[in-house]
Amino acid sequence: MDFLSLFVIIPVLMLLGFIPCRNIKQVRAVAVIGATIELGLAIALLFMFLNERNLGNTADMLFMADYLWYPALNIHYAVGVDGISVVMILLSAIIVFTGVFASWNIQPLTRDFFIWLTLLAIGVYGFFISIDMFTMVLFYETALIPMYLLIGLWGTGKKEYSAMKLTLMLMGGSAFLILGVLGIHFSAETADGSLSFNILEIAKANIPMEWQRVFFPLTFVGFGVLGAMFPFHTWSPDGHASAPTAVSMLHAGVLMKLGGYGCYRIAICLLPEAASEMAWIFLLLTGISVVYGAFGAIKQTDLKYINAYSSVSHCGLVLFALLMLNKTAMTGAIMQMLSHGLMTALFFALIGMIYGRTHTRDIRDLNGLMRIMPFLSVCYVIAGLASLGLPGLSGFVAEMTIFVGSFSHPDMFHRVLTIIACSSIVITAVYILRVVGKILYGVCTNEEHLKLTDAVWYEKIAVIGLIVCVTIIGMFPHWVSDIISGSINW
Amino acid sequence: MFTYTLPILVIPALMFIFLGLMDNKFKPMTSGILGTIGLGIVAILSYIAAYDYFFSVGLIDGIYQKIIAFNFEWLKITEHLHIDLGILLDPISVMMLVVISTVSLMVHIYSFGYMNGERGFQRYYALLSLFTFSMLGLVVATNIFQMYIFWELVGVSSYSLIGFYYTKKSAIAASKKAFIVTRFADFFFLVGILLVSFYSETFDFISLTNPENNELIMKTAGLSFLGISVLSWGMMLIFMGGVGKSAMLPFHIWLPDAMEGPTPVSALIHAATMVVAGVFLVARLFPVYYLGTPEVLTIIAYIGAITSLFAAIVACTQTDIKRVLAFSTISQIAYMITSLGVSGLAGHEGLGYMASMFHLFTHAFFKALLFLGAGAVIHAVHSNEMSAMGGLNKYLKITNITFLIACLAIAGIPPFSGFFSKDEILVAAFHSDKILFACLYFCAGLTAFYMFRLYFNIFWNDNNKEYEHTPHEAPFVMTFPLIFLATLTCVCGFIPFSHYVSADAMPFETHINWAIASASIGVALIGIGIATKMYFKKSEIPDKVADTVKGLYTSAYHKFYFDEIWVFVTKRIIFEGISRPIAWFDRHVVDGFMNGLSWTTNFVSQKTKNLQSGLVQDYVTIFIGGALVIVLIMILI
Repeated sequence: MDFLSLFVIIPVLMLLGFIPCRNIKQVRAVAVIGATIELGLAIALLFMFLNERNLGNTADMLFMADYLWYPALNIHYAVGVDGISVVMILLSAIIVFTGVFASWNIQPLTRDFFIWLTLLAIGVYGFFISIDMFTMVLFYETALIPMYLLIGLWGTGKKEYSAMKLTLMLMGGSAFLILGVLGIHFSAETADGSLSFNILEIAKANIPMEWQRVFFPLTFVGFGVLGAMFPFHTWSPDGHASAPTAVSMLHAGVLMKLGGYGCYRIAICLLPEAASEMAWIFLLLTGISVVYGAFGAIKQTDLKYINAYSSVSHCGLVLFALLMLNKTAMTGAIMQMLSHGLMTALFFALIGMIYGRTHTRDIRDLNGLMRIMPFLSVCYVIAGLASLGLPGLSGFVAEMTIFVGSFSHPDMFHRVLTIIACSSIVITAVYILRVVGKILYGVCTNEEHLKLTDAVWYEKIAVIGLIVCVTIIGMFPHWVSDIISGSINW
Repeated sequence: MFTYTLPILVIPALMFIFLGLMDNKFKPMTSGILGTIGLGIVAILSYIAAYDYFFSVGLIDGIYQKIIAFNFEWLKITEHLHIDLGILLDPISVMMLVVISTVSLMVHIYSFGYMNGERGFQRYYALLSLFTFSMLGLVVATNIFQMYIFWELVGVSSYSLIGFYYTKKSAIAASKKAFIVTRFADFFFLVGILLVSFYSETFDFISLTNPENNELIMKTAGLSFLGISVLSWGMMLIFMGGVGKSAMLPFHIWLPDAMEGPTPVSALIHAATMVVAGVFLVARLFPVYYLGTPEVLTIIAYIGAITSLFAAIVACTQTDIKRVLAFSTISQIAYMITSLGVSGLAGHEGLGYMASMFHLFTHAFFKALLFLGAGAVIHAVHSNEMSAMGGLNKYLKITNITFLIACLAIAGIPPFSGFFSKDEILVAAFHSDKILFACLYFCAGLTAFYMFRLYFNIFWNDNNKEYEHTPHEAPFVMTFPLIFLATLTCVCGFIPFSHYVSADAMPFETHINWAIASASIGVALIGIGIATKMYFKKSEIPDKVADTVKGLYTSAYHKFYFDEIWVFVTKRIIFEGISRPIAWFDRHVVDGFMNGLSWTTNFVSQKTKNLQSGLVQDYVTIFIGGALVIVLIMILI
């Protein structure tokens, strides 16, 4: 049994563990134990990885394992990790762990909720450890489907509409994606002439340029939909707004990263020539995402909409930096994925907690929360500051790496776009401070709200956990940046 | 050698974290005392560092060395570019250490009295520590990116302190405004850093500002963009960052509003330290400006002069005492900026540079003194408005005398410190550009006038004013900082500043140019004289004067409508003109397209589902019809 497969096996065991659960306490116990083990494994993986690298193991992928799964089509279950996957797995483990605490009181059908959540986790972990395109897509779809039920059943507001919209749009994206993946599979000429799904083998193979030009847009858009690329981002505001807290956290925190990760690992790394030829089109689109999302957020009144648009902006920056096709910008992109994952999860957790108390997310109905729930409010301010890129918190290092990397592109077009993307730091400040000023400061005028209480212990675990992560990355970015840039061979 | 300077940064940082986490676990006093003790240590270490630097190790072969006391790589970005954090000691950073720690310590002590009993006393001291840490980190930065990092951090601490009374609407708006306006300027700063570092391949100040064989200047030689050299773009953009922080035109609008914060905070952040960051930035990069982009330096000088004049005129009309002081701060900082703009690099040429730093040094003390004095007045009468004051000399003896000393200093009357530094600035301007000199000279008169307008209105005018509660002198914790700063104001003008700070780090001799000095004393006395005539006693003259220059008076009173212009830009253009249409476009066009897709699918399937009716007759009809069509097609083709 290889180590990496544990990441998929533990959630499967969790699923089995949920079956005999008879009450909410048992369900929570299983969920917490499972999530804790996963988090422990992810941390262990990080140290094992660092250790291997220190010992001088320079292979692209470490801890590889390969099982032939379906010989007729040469499909393998193949796993392996490089620095980027390690970071992403760590991110997923942190978000799942805090997500469990954030959905402590989910009602009704608590057990079913956690079953679907765990299934989603299987998809996420499986996607990040796979190095076989077929299983990657398989896990990708596994992660998407539970989303429909999680939003449709446990959501709020127009949940059926949102769930359907989200699922259809993401499925539409994966239709492109599957075409692209199969195309890559059939057109890659490996050394021994066989057809392969393994990304390491395909990376060495030569794909004819005329095919690359076809598959690059297919795969990039396919994953780009999940990465909230303009103009395929509209599932995100509705989806997030309707989803329950933990699902928003997982979705914005981890699932959207599947998009960025896939764009990097499949579209860009496997089709590099097409990527450098066609990058400018998508640079324009993602550049628009960055500014457009930020401007879009200014005028929203629902806290989750604000955050969803802010995600469009921040995730746009991820894809934008990936398309700059240089090592620094790409490192920044992955750091931004990590940073955005943590801080947006923090945001959604806090919004969920505020909503759980006040039963409204409309900023016009909220004010003066600082006096009523100081802990949550201070944390909200910290999340906001992380989002607007305050040094010392994770957003800053990621954004600065991206900007420096993108600006070092010799081409004028790229530099002008970088400056435009930079302007998002100002717009972000506008919408973040607007919300903070509106809902946290001031005097509370709503009698009902005055009776509300501050966070309880399980909420504090979720929030403090995320803040600690955001701060560690912001204060000591060196190690994350080294792990990531060591794995980018560009 | 200078490893003991590390705690100067570490203590306030730890203090912030500690006090911040402990927030309400401590009694208010405990937090305050801890913060003050921490800052006391910082101040002592700063003084030791200054003594060591200036009198024992700094000067080697007649040049003050740049000493890296400590440096480590924080984040490696590319092969060449890495962000370091460290401590760079050179004359200006050591001087700033002394200024910041002294003023901050005084503000810490003063706040015991001023903030006594305020809700959030612990938070206040935690934030003061954060600010002090960030400001100290800014001035000792070894590289421009470290400066940018701390630049943002001071921005955030300023934001939190302006918004300290967060239940007050005006305070929230002011804090938001301060942060966003400076952030907007920082955006240019960031782009400037990106541009400059792209060519220089380093962030490091020592290699960026190397006066001989400067690589940055050599590498950018001949490169231009839109007809302007690339280096000019870069340095201009970087200066824009300073324009924001130092509240120069047109980004000055945040500073008057920032007076919503507690008064000691205004003294520390918005008078003595943070707002001079822009001056410090230009001073830090001065060799690049002077050698590489002299035309930018000229622009800087003119921006400074115009701002100085503008702010001085506005200050004459304001009625809120803190706002008068805010505009006077803007005006004085603009003085420093102008002085840098007219400076050269070597020996006496570099008089402007030295004068600017000297003025920064003296201004920090007397302006902090003015603010703290204003705080004592506000503490006594519970209002910021001049109309609520008058005749306070009877009640506030110590405040009166110290405030008078500060007013004389800022007006440029010898032997107070402001005279010496202001005189050097005027001399530097006189030798470089007569227009700038005229502008600054006029400002000197205005400064004396509006400061004494303020002074008389607070302490003399309306001598028999009735107060609901008899105003009483502030407690000793508040008067001690006043006395201390007043003493500094009296003595620090006699420091032979040019022996320590100069553009090329070589000590030189300066002498008071009595021709210009007597002219400036003259204009100051005229200003004071007019103010005495108008405001010493209650009189009709001010209203009459205001009526004769009605247009000017009204526009100055409304700060020349800059706020209205900015409100128009943000509200009408950005919010209504960009944001709202984008939000609408997104919901109705982009999302509408997606909804349209699903609606079309739905519609088509609704219409075609009847084909599967289950009725054999329908199927037969369609079958025969289809067959006929095919037959027809085959016949026709």
